[in-house]
Amino acid sequence: MSVNDNGTLVKVDAATKYFKRGSEEIHVLEKLDMQVPEGEFLALMGPSGSGKSTLLNLIGGLDRPTSGSVTVAGERIDRLSRQKLAAWRARHVGLVFQFYNLLPVLTAERNVELPLLLTHLSRAERKKHVDAALDVVGLSHRKTHYPKTLSGGEQQRVGIARGIVSDPTLLLADEPTGDLDRKSGDEVLDLLKALNKDHNKTIIMVTHDPHAALRSTRTLYLNEGKLSTEPAE
Amino acid sequence: MFNWFSQIFALIQFNLRTIWQRKGSSAAALFGIAGVVAVLVGVLSIAQGFSAVMNASGKPDTALILRSGADTEMMSGLSRETTRIIADTEGIARSTEGALASAELFVIINLPKRSTGTDANVPLRGVEPMAFSVRSDVNIIQGRPFEWGRNEVIVGSGAVREFEGLELGGRIPVGKEEWTVVGIFEANGGISESEIWTDASVLQPAFRRGNSFQAVYVKIETPESFQDFKDRLTTDPRLNVKVIRQDDYYADQSTAITGLITGLGTLIAGLMGIGAVFGALNTMYSAVSSRTREIATLRALGFGNGPIVISVMVEALVLALIGGAIGAGLAYVAFDGFRAATMNWQSFSQVAFAFDVTPGLLVRGIFYAAIIGLVGGLFPAIRAARMPVAAALREG
Ligand SMILES: Nc1ncnc2c1ncn2[C@@H]1O[C@H](COP(=O)(O)OP(=O)(O)OP(=O)(O)O)[C@@H](O)[C@H]1O
Ligand SMILES: [Mg+2]
Repeated sequence: MSVNDNGTLVKVDAATKYFKRGSEEIHVLEKLDMQVPEGEFLALMGPSGSGKSTLLNLIGGLDRPTSGSVTVAGERIDRLSRQKLAAWRARHVGLVFQFYNLLPVLTAERNVELPLLLTHLSRAERKKHVDAALDVVGLSHRKTHYPKTLSGGEQQRVGIARGIVSDPTLLLADEPTGDLDRKSGDEVLDLLKALNKDHNKTIIMVTHDPHAALRSTRTLYLNEGKLSTEPAE
Repeated sequence: MFNWFSQIFALIQFNLRTIWQRKGSSAAALFGIAGVVAVLVGVLSIAQGFSAVMNASGKPDTALILRSGADTEMMSGLSRETTRIIADTEGIARSTEGALASAELFVIINLPKRSTGTDANVPLRGVEPMAFSVRSDVNIIQGRPFEWGRNEVIVGSGAVREFEGLELGGRIPVGKEEWTVVGIFEANGGISESEIWTDASVLQPAFRRGNSFQAVYVKIETPESFQDFKDRLTTDPRLNVKVIRQDDYYADQSTAITGLITGLGTLIAGLMGIGAVFGALNTMYSAVSSRTREIATLRALGFGNGPIVISVMVEALVLALIGGAIGAGLAYVAFDGFRAATMNWQSFSQVAFAFDVTPGLLVRGIFYAAIIGLVGGLFPAIRAARMPVAAALREG
């Protein structure tokens, strides 16, 4: 992957995001700047409605800024067409959701395999990657289980396996522990921490939980459309 | 796109499994489509059965001769003299007993229908001895042939089924007398099976026809010699007749009614089909919206629009095909072989026939269901593909 000189993987430049709701315009992000170096485990905090998910969506290519630019691994993604963006996501982004977003009718291994269906990999190669990813999250023994037979923590670990199976440039997690009890949440955080430390994954995690933010290498606070290193009063 | 088929396969599998989770709405769409297909196949099987009778009625080597200007036997009239000249014309097949020609009389009598008890028209045909050689497919299955010169009749099996009092030994009112049913015949499913036959020379005085007839049925030497035979008759200065191949004659009679039935059936099925499209639309819209989050997740992971559209369409198609198969099966069980009679408008008499649900009709019905499914699935599929990913993820 191409990273610029100072090792910056994600660069957000003067990004502004408005939403239109009826005649009303909601200003969520105002000329926001942000840089994430490769290998960082960044925690993003801030009050509800402050735009954390919106920012994460811009970085993950799920949405485009109203103005400003988003550069990931040297590529301007804010200019890509919807179709190109979808292909870009498949190659570069792993996503972890608050509510896991597993397909209920597919087994754990088939869920994990989904992103690989968007690659050139053969069936045998896909299986190898799926097994490796499930091994990393410690769920090799639950491969053939359906999501509803797994606990919340286990489902989220399957979700993380799906997020890393295609070895993406960037792992984005929106409140990955938001729906879990403390113990399962800690397991998930340990896992993310290990992915960052041992596998050198760059992770951006949105969280409400200061305890979760402690595992990160850096924490940023979003408030009233701006980022700061200190929580707002 | 890479691994396109794996993508589509995974999505289809996902979609099809969720059909079961929406049993109610899926079943509604399914039975809507089944109903349409059953009606379509049912109605078309009527036309099919009717034209099968008509097609079985005519042979290319059999011709009938009417007075020129007459389109049907009902409207025709031929003198004894004329029928003799016709029977002596060269080109008619012969047996040891002579030319295979039968001068015939065609009248209508009223008998009560079994189904309703009300009177309807039944054709009563007076024939000459050669009639059985001209129409070699007529054969007595019960009783015996009528005796020449006596007030006896034989009855086609279709007429027996449709009308009261035509069983063996039954008596039918003809003028002031009652004639006895002495035999029942089949005619290979042809229209004769809807008729009653007797001796023409007995029928003439009963209906005060003097010595006249309405048509001459002949077997020509070969189907190919028809044109020569026809030219010979139509150019004979003593005659003023028209010559029609028997199969053309019945095909003509059936096109009007089969056209009407087919048109009506298609119209009804078309209207119902529009209803079914809306049912399918509704089902597929709710299927898509109940899956907003899953579809958004797949799109977020980078799945393209193509596989998502196709998978939704396939789901609609599968629903429609199941519905279509149920409908076609229902139509087959309910209608195939179902006996009925309808008015033959050319002779204003009843033709007995059986609904005929052919494999071709079943395929047509299922094909129609598939179209309903595809139309019903298209717009929901496009909606699924158009959903903005970020907003859809929030909704879920
Ligand atoms: N697609 C959208 N259409 C309209 N408004 C939106 C949309 N997405 C987000 N918003 C609005 O933008 C603001 C920021 O939303 P966002 O989801 O980014 O907040 P958040 O910080 O993630 O909040 P939470 O902690 O509750 O998840 C909110 O006011 C939200 O209503
Ligand atoms: Mg959020």
